[in-house]
Amino acid sequence: MIRAVNLTKRFGPLLAVDRISFEVERGGVVGVLGPNGAGKTTTIRILTCFQPATSGSASIAGFDVINDSMEVRRRVGYLPESTPLYPEMRVREYLDFRGRLRAMSHADRRDAIRRVADRCWLGDFIDRPINQLSKGMKQRVGLADAIMHSPEVVILDEPTIGLDPRQIRETRNLIRELGEHHTILLCTHILPEVEQTCSRTIILAAGRIVASGSPQQLRDQLSAKARVVAEVQGPEEGEVKTSAAQIDGVQSVEVSSSNGWIRVAIQPKPDRDVREELFRLTTAKGWTLRELRREGATLEDFFIQVVAKQQGQQEGQPVLDTQGGDHA
Amino acid sequence: MHNIVTMARRELGAYFLSPIAYAVAAVFLFSTGLAFGLGTFRNGAESSLRPLFEFWVVMILVFVLPMLTMRLLSEEFRAGTIETLMTLPISEVEVVLGKFFGAFVFYLVLLATLLLYPILMSIYGPLDVQLLICNYLGLLLLGALYIAAGLFFSACTNHQIIAVLLSFALLALMTFAAEGLAQQVEGWPRAVLQHLSVRMHFANFVRGMLEVNHLVFFLTTCGAFLFLTVKRLEMRRWQ
Repeated sequence: MIRAVNLTKRFGPLLAVDRISFEVERGGVVGVLGPNGAGKTTTIRILTCFQPATSGSASIAGFDVINDSMEVRRRVGYLPESTPLYPEMRVREYLDFRGRLRAMSHADRRDAIRRVADRCWLGDFIDRPINQLSKGMKQRVGLADAIMHSPEVVILDEPTIGLDPRQIRETRNLIRELGEHHTILLCTHILPEVEQTCSRTIILAAGRIVASGSPQQLRDQLSAKARVVAEVQGPEEGEVKTSAAQIDGVQSVEVSSSNGWIRVAIQPKPDRDVREELFRLTTAKGWTLRELRREGATLEDFFIQVVAKQQGQQEGQPVLDTQGGDHA
Repeated sequence: MHNIVTMARRELGAYFLSPIAYAVAAVFLFSTGLAFGLGTFRNGAESSLRPLFEFWVVMILVFVLPMLTMRLLSEEFRAGTIETLMTLPISEVEVVLGKFFGAFVFYLVLLATLLLYPILMSIYGPLDVQLLICNYLGLLLLGALYIAAGLFFSACTNHQIIAVLLSFALLALMTFAAEGLAQQVEGWPRAVLQHLSVRMHFANFVRGMLEVNHLVFFLTTCGAFLFLTVKRLEMRRWQ
């Protein structure tokens, strides 16, 4: 549905997007994740025909963004980052204006406005001027505009910014629902958003793709790194540390004390789980054990790791991909 | 065509919803009214609208029309709405023409108010309808040129103030200064400056003369500014 091949965008000396290639299948929500300035918005602007790439090509539904720009624009609904709207218009007028420019008939526009007003909760302020709306309301107007013509592809740039927690949850549900019938590219730097809504994630940093895969796949790459954490009471820190380090499969041990309890954090060797051994150790020694758990890696850990790595080494190959297991 | 009408309707709607347009209309009505009341409509004055149309209205338009056109594109750039607009299936040409006609229709409303003066004059003497039509044709062409030039400068900057100042400068130069400057130089620069002198071309319409070359001047210059606006808009995408 969406296809990018070696996309590159330069702004003078600044390389905003550096040879990005990816492909998105029909249906589902694909998250584009990255720190600020990673090239997310630039990539999206190329896909929506707003800015041409310096080199490389992109197509949506088989239409090239340069040569068949109008066909692409007909098939895309786009919510830009700052949700630009015409402040003097009323919400209904605005949606009607946008529908006209999308060549929708009068009846289609009327039905579509009713439908999106319902889906994006515009009911209360559909006849109010846009300059009287709060940031969250404007955001919903922008979202309604992006989906009113039932586009094949919906591209959303930071759609939940400025919404209150309840609206954020509702918007994420809406995005998930939309993903059943449309292909959605969701650009964000909010990790839980990706974990909750996306079937696949592309992580950008410094203009390049540093990882891609489902949130689960990305987490799995780190799960080998999950730590085992225990809290024990009784002996001294040094004794705990040496005893724990002797367990088979332990790579490194950190201990710290607080309120008379010693916290042991064990980094096992890859694909090893040392919880049972640790439990046996505590019972054999007669220590009191009040907590024993495996600390799974989160997408956030993964994100911070790959982004930090990319920023540390601007040159060279992508740090990670889902096929390669070499992420040490 | 459909898109041009939609764009033009939106621009026209934006005028009637914004205080600037009312302020501009008020300035236009007040200043033309002043020129008519003090200059033309008094005892002993020649029963002619020529001074009003030939000088006063033109001068007022040089200042009023850039205020109408300044927001057309620069406002879209500043607010970022250009991004939502240019990702719709609409071409640069349609956007530019739509905005041009939106402003032009508002200008027609302003021009219609000027009809009050010939009506007042007709109470005191017969009205030369043919001359009036010729004057109005000239004003339509003049306004089209001014709006196209203002639209071009609006496409050049995100700042409405810069757009309006550049438009003032160019229009004042073309309208009032070109003739005088032409006297200072020789050879081809003189010919160019004389040809660009808007007042020289416009004067013929005020005198009731319809000549093709003056018609062509207005249409081509207006077209050239619209063409440059389209190119400017296309260029922005590559920056």
